[in-house]
Amino acid sequence: MSTVEVAGLRVVRGGRVVLDGLDLTIGPGVTGLLGPSGCGKSTLLRSIVGVQRVAGGTVTVLGAPAGSAALRDRVGYQTQSSSVYDDLTVLENLRFFARVLGIGPAAADEAAASVDLGGHRDAVVGRLSGGQRSRVGLAVALLGSPELLVLDEPTVGLDPVLRRDLWALFHRIATAGTAVLVSSHVMDEAERCDDLLLMREGRIIAQGAPSAIKQRQGAPDIETAFLALVEGAE
Amino acid sequence: MTPRVTLAVAVRVLTQLRRDHRTLAMLLVLPCLLQVLLWWIFDSTPLVFDRIGPALLAIFPFFVMFLVTSITTLRERSSGTLERLFTLPMGRLDFLCGYALAFGAVAAVQAALASGVAAGLLDLDVEGPLVLLIVVGVADAVLGTALGLFVSAFARTEFQAVQFLPAVVVPQILLCGLILPRDHLPPVLEAVANVLPLTYAVDAMEQLATTSGTGQVWRDVGIVAAFAIAALALGAVTLRRRTD
Repeated sequence: MSTVEVAGLRVVRGGRVVLDGLDLTIGPGVTGLLGPSGCGKSTLLRSIVGVQRVAGGTVTVLGAPAGSAALRDRVGYQTQSSSVYDDLTVLENLRFFARVLGIGPAAADEAAASVDLGGHRDAVVGRLSGGQRSRVGLAVALLGSPELLVLDEPTVGLDPVLRRDLWALFHRIATAGTAVLVSSHVMDEAERCDDLLLMREGRIIAQGAPSAIKQRQGAPDIETAFLALVEGAE
Repeated sequence: MTPRVTLAVAVRVLTQLRRDHRTLAMLLVLPCLLQVLLWWIFDSTPLVFDRIGPALLAIFPFFVMFLVTSITTLRERSSGTLERLFTLPMGRLDFLCGYALAFGAVAAVQAALASGVAAGLLDLDVEGPLVLLIVVGVADAVLGTALGLFVSAFARTEFQAVQFLPAVVVPQILLCGLILPRDHLPPVLEAVANVLPLTYAVDAMEQLATTSGTGQVWRDVGIVAAFAIAALALGAVTLRRRTD
């Protein structure tokens, strides 16, 4: 069974059709959703976690309709902003969201440790660096060991070392059994994914393992493959 | 609605306030200072302060709670935390009631301080039981919170949220009996005043100041609470899990 099944998804925002009849399936492992800014990545992710108003089609997550009550402790989500409280400490943030999920405070300490923020537990989030702040958001999404993790551009603007560490973390999480869906507009992050969804102007132009996509287009890297796909379609 | 989640929201809001000393000062100290200022203005005509003092006890909590709540909830929207919460097992009423509970608790402290200053230091005459001043203050502040939660749904930025202050709050202050007793107003304005919630909070405070009977005070508190519940219900309707 696939983790996410999208069929005929149509989203209209402010009179503009953002997604028009989108079909795709997402399985386990680390799936990358790659495409330029404004191509509809966030809208798709928001539809999968059930906070996007949709005009048509279905989104099924872990066998249930996206956003249904049964999914609310099974899917972890991080928006493009870190979506944490800047005026609370790392631990206060984690404890609050743990309480909302109905799990014990021990889970908050575990989540802080898993993103390597154990040493900053009592720091106020607003005083942390951008990378640390992003990791707090990730730790919140990890609370309660969700079966699907949806992360909207979690590595944007981070230094290369931190990005590498985060991708390693995504793979550790996936190995432990959680499906991870990560969006990015940076094409060179494609190589780090098990499965890729290339998106442009509201449509998925290719899906598959990075090596398979490159091979099909005869391209040395994903960026070249992306260009070949776009030019082939025009 | 889940009590565990409602309480979690309330505790979290209070933790944020505890860290924000300036807002805390605005909520607790500023109403007392403004009261002292008005008392001082009417130093040579203490009868005027006796007339408007009770109204001030109702106006300040309403005003500051409306302001603080509409900005805070808007911040929840813009920071993405509200969107995250909607993917978690949190009901809309958990969110709204959590806020009402937290600011209601702050309002109890605020009302105790403000009525203590008014009755103790500024010699405001209070015929009714002092504890009822706090009850009215809490109902009034929760009303401000509920209206703030409701209007924040119609604002996209903090700048827009602040604009609701002159639009929603100031007319109620002008018509509540502070400037002119309501029965001296032109009949149309008196009729308008009678359907505005702040009028009843002010009326309750004035009753407590002038008579020892509490019947009408409880009736007023009931009306203020009904308005607050209606505003929370409207807030629940406008708070959408799915947005554009």
